[in-house]
Amino acid sequence: MVVLISIPIFSVLTILQSAVLSRMPLLHGTADVVLLVVIAWALQERVRTALQWSLVAGIMMGYVSILPYSVPLVSYLGITGLTLVIRRYIWKIPILAMFVITLIGTLFNHSLSALVVSIGGAALPWLNVLQMISIPSLFLNLLLAAPVYAVVKDIANWLYPEEIEI
Amino acid sequence: MLASGAQVEARGDFCGAAFISYDMKSKFSPLWQTIILSLVIIGLIVLAFAGYLTPLSRLILSPLVSAQSWVSSRFQALQAYFSEPHDVAVLRQRNAELEAEVAHLRTQIIELQQQLSEYRILSALLDFARAYPEYQYVGASVIGRDPSPFVKYIQINRGSDDDIRRGMPVVTQQGLVGRISKVTASAALVQLITDPSVTVNVRLEPTRAEAALSGSITGDIGLDLIPQDVSVQAGDLVLTSGLGGNYPPNILIGQITGIRSQDYALFQSASLQSVVDFTHLEIVLVITNFEPIDVSPLVPTPGIP
Repeated sequence: MVVLISIPIFSVLTILQSAVLSRMPLLHGTADVVLLVVIAWALQERVRTALQWSLVAGIMMGYVSILPYSVPLVSYLGITGLTLVIRRYIWKIPILAMFVITLIGTLFNHSLSALVVSIGGAALPWLNVLQMISIPSLFLNLLLAAPVYAVVKDIANWLYPEEIEI
Repeated sequence: MLASGAQVEARGDFCGAAFISYDMKSKFSPLWQTIILSLVIIGLIVLAFAGYLTPLSRLILSPLVSAQSWVSSRFQALQAYFSEPHDVAVLRQRNAELEAEVAHLRTQIIELQQQLSEYRILSALLDFARAYPEYQYVGASVIGRDPSPFVKYIQINRGSDDDIRRGMPVVTQQGLVGRISKVTASAALVQLITDPSVTVNVRLEPTRAEAALSGSITGDIGLDLIPQDVSVQAGDLVLTSGLGGNYPPNILIGQITGIRSQDYALFQSASLQSVVDFTHLEIVLVITNFEPIDVSPLVPTPGIP
């Protein structure tokens, strides 16, 4: 049931990402709200469907992007795995973990995308990529990290209500 | 009888009557009195029409008008005071109605402005289609961009249901945009000529020299493989050459803005200003009757004679 809810959520987010956020670049970098939701969801304490959600997110993003399906899938699943590991250690300050994983996740996602694009034959000057795409994207993602975390936390509390012993 | 008539006249409305003394009245018969009175009235009317009585009437009427104005204004104030609550309610309701109407009209203005903008774009696209009548076109709206910032692709709202096929060139009224790269039933992905993996064979005008256009990660486009013996100037036009069979020939791409030429290099290179604003693409035309030529069988493969 909770996995099924991810389908409409990521459908809306993918449309938002493709139609709106991709048209609002900072230099040439754009915010990745799907990535942020994947991280924020995996950070929620009672959530047990983090990997399934990242799988749905990867498939959706793979569908609308020209990049191979493997890029968003590997990227989101890898970041979710990292989040689940980090959650064990920084579970008391999840918002701090959100910022740390956003930083690592954005760079990992961009490295993977850049690698695939350069294998495809495109010339990528790495310094340019870092200055014009990755750092602006990272800035936008960190800017959106806190509000996205708050919204996802509300959704998680709604889907996984706290059990009270009577 | 005569005395009573004189008394009436002594109290009369007309000023002229005041000049008639009691003794005089007694000497005139009622007929004469009437005649004299009529003559006085006629005289006054004539004087009034001639304007001789204006200062006098002004003197008399001014205080009357002032008094009437004062009474009228006070009455209106009182009337407004007693009827105000009802009027305020009516006015508030009317104000709300007008505000709703203003909001509706503003929405209509925005819609009309949007339609006007679309109409202008379509009109320009029609001009382009008339300039190249040999091609068949399908208009499409740009509905999104590729989420990855590492590639330069746009999504359009036409797909295989509209006979859109992979490899079809995409243009706007200004010039070349790119070509169809991926097609679904109702949408397609267009690879822009600014994509870092794109290479387009181009021709420079007026020298007619051949060159290769390539995109970049920042969305800038540049020219390479320009022969050293060709004199290239800033401002030269860049058009598709048609070589390679991927794009139709003679479609405008842009204008050269700068040339990099080194004596020891085999070729010159140049920077290019595209005629198409790739950041604000709204409507594009897909050329549907252009068949890209597959030259891969002609490319020599190592090991095969």
